[in-house]
Amino acid sequence: MSSRERILGRVRRALADVPRDDTPYEEAVARDYLREHGQRSVEETVELLAENLADYRAIVHRCTPDALPSLIAGLLADRGARSLLVPAGLDERWPAATEVPRVQDRADSTAHELDRVDSVLTACAVAIAETGTIVLDGGPDQGRRRITLVPDHHICVVRVPDQVVSSVPQALERLDPARPLTWISGPSATSDIELDRVEGVHGPRTLEVVLVDSRASAEVSSSRPEGSR
Amino acid sequence: MSGTFVGMPAFPAAAHEAVRDQTLRGNLRHATHTIRAKREKAVAEVADWAQLREAGRRIKDHTLRHLDRYLEQVEEAVTAAGGTVHWAVDADEANRIVTDLVKATGESEVVKVKSMATQEIGLNEALEAEGIRAYETDLAELIVQLGKDRPSHILVPAIHRNRGEIRDIFAREMREWGRPAPDGLTDTPAELAEAARLHLREKFLRAKVGVSGANFMVAETGTLVVVESEGNGRMCLTLPETLISVVGIEKIVPTWRDLEVFLQTLPRSSTAERMNPYTSTWTGTTDGDGPRTFHLVLLDNGRTDTLADEVGRQALRCIRCSACLNVCPVYERAGGHAYGSVYPGPIGAILSPQLRGTASEIDASLPYASSLCGACYEVCPVAIDIPEVLVHLRERVVEGGPVTRAGNKVVLKPAKGHAAERAAMRAARWAFAHPGALRTGQRLASRTRRFHPRTLPGPGRAWSGSRDLPPVPAEPFRDWWQRTHGGKDGAK
Repeated sequence: MSSRERILGRVRRALADVPRDDTPYEEAVARDYLREHGQRSVEETVELLAENLADYRAIVHRCTPDALPSLIAGLLADRGARSLLVPAGLDERWPAATEVPRVQDRADSTAHELDRVDSVLTACAVAIAETGTIVLDGGPDQGRRRITLVPDHHICVVRVPDQVVSSVPQALERLDPARPLTWISGPSATSDIELDRVEGVHGPRTLEVVLVDSRASAEVSSSRPEGSR
Repeated sequence: MSGTFVGMPAFPAAAHEAVRDQTLRGNLRHATHTIRAKREKAVAEVADWAQLREAGRRIKDHTLRHLDRYLEQVEEAVTAAGGTVHWAVDADEANRIVTDLVKATGESEVVKVKSMATQEIGLNEALEAEGIRAYETDLAELIVQLGKDRPSHILVPAIHRNRGEIRDIFAREMREWGRPAPDGLTDTPAELAEAARLHLREKFLRAKVGVSGANFMVAETGTLVVVESEGNGRMCLTLPETLISVVGIEKIVPTWRDLEVFLQTLPRSSTAERMNPYTSTWTGTTDGDGPRTFHLVLLDNGRTDTLADEVGRQALRCIRCSACLNVCPVYERAGGHAYGSVYPGPIGAILSPQLRGTASEIDASLPYASSLCGACYEVCPVAIDIPEVLVHLRERVVEGGPVTRAGNKVVLKPAKGHAAERAAMRAARWAFAHPGALRTGQRLASRTRRFHPRTLPGPGRAWSGSRDLPPVPAEPFRDWWQRTHGGKDGAK
């Protein structure tokens, strides 16, 4: 007997007490929990996203589409970035204003090559306000999972308000489980030493999130968490 | 479970050592109290916590009640998405499968993201025996591995170590495993984390094989989910060419949508955050992104035996959040090592004796490693009634009875050393079955109450040494009931 048959046989014998007409899945779970927590306007939802991102030590910027290229150029200049990785399908206008040499993500580029890249610029699939989370789904403007992991500086652009949802249930609805997903809530962190939170272990130590709002007036603002570089 | 724990002393002996270790108690107290307070705040933020908890309980219960169907479904979905599914009855078989898979790649080292299942089966030791080196990449697991130590907490396995101890371990041991610790390493958490980053990065970048567990697997889609903070998980899941995930069969949820419950309750219960920094999901393999080969090893190792116990099976709902550890007064004083298993604390006290059986001294003692205060049940995000299972397992240890071991129904003999309890239970059973004798006994006890000793003689001495014996009332309740109004009404 194969191990598969053996395990399934054991499971069936173990469940001898369960009636064959046991409650079906559709009725087994009451979904009386909330779809989102609280009533918020679109502006308030975006504001909450910004707050919660910053609370987990992401650096948050807000601007209009027109101001985006110069904002990105400024962020790269501030860090002294010498190379910028962009996914193949990224909006070409976003990095148009920076002089920083471009690195294309190639399927055969090694992890060591990625390790020499200073910064990476991507879009995202959806952002969750209540948890301060951005989700990447490997789309053409986000690239493979490794490019937002190995370099130390990640700039992620969120289109506001289209890409912003309130809650985890609303985000799952929008996402395709067949794609590999990466949910990011603030930069890499650990609390393994006496439960002191330290940002930046293996993933990018700096996460900058740019909320691009096509409805807002042309104002650029940035909020940095206390003590960030 | 892991060979590491064979020959562990029973819980009382192990705990006796631990409670006298001042450093350990200090580290534990600081950790459990910090995280306990943070968790309460995180849970209070969501108004529908009770409903989420109930939904989580029901999803897991439903899945367990139809586990055969969902196992077949997850196998089909993973295979359709380009993965290969293996089935492992026990630890030996799982270790053999993983070892053979690693050997087939021609590699002699693997990077690992923290996984309770692979600790449970002692995978690192099994790989080592075949000449394969497994690198733990979670910071706490690294501390444990370098310190030739054992994990003591589900979420923060090195919680028993303070920063000074960690500095010393890094300075001494890192060179043995790869890049040495930087000269002049201090004990600030930021510097220690940086040392770990440098030490592990060279391993991540050259790794060809990654080994993981999973927090959830979705039957409907074949999706696996790993929840983490540091990015070491993402490294292990995406950089290697081959990914091998060892997952207990109880980790299934039926649908993608079910994740909306657990991705809300797990982070808040475990790290007390709205969301952990990184969550990765993958479904089989994806062209050009991540590993080209994906293997899923479905692990039984005592889980089907646990499933066969109608009271105890609720332990399989556990999502390994560790909230129960942080509120447990016994864990706080005894520490994780005393539980003799990778699953410490209240959940370990009910999970280990079910997965491994109660034949060994340590496993027979675990159901007693609790004050039955119920705090663990209060915080459990899937509402496992841990006290109920503890009492159930105590009864099994004392009385013996029918259980399932390795898929077979066997009758367990009563454990040694519980003769007094058994005698007391037998006597109680007889007395309750003979109301006349009970009445006579109670009246006799009431009338002789002036002569009762303050402490118990013989084996009861230790118990009454730290407790007051309850005074016997002047009149048995049943006599009082007869004498008063209630008694007259009832008599008719």
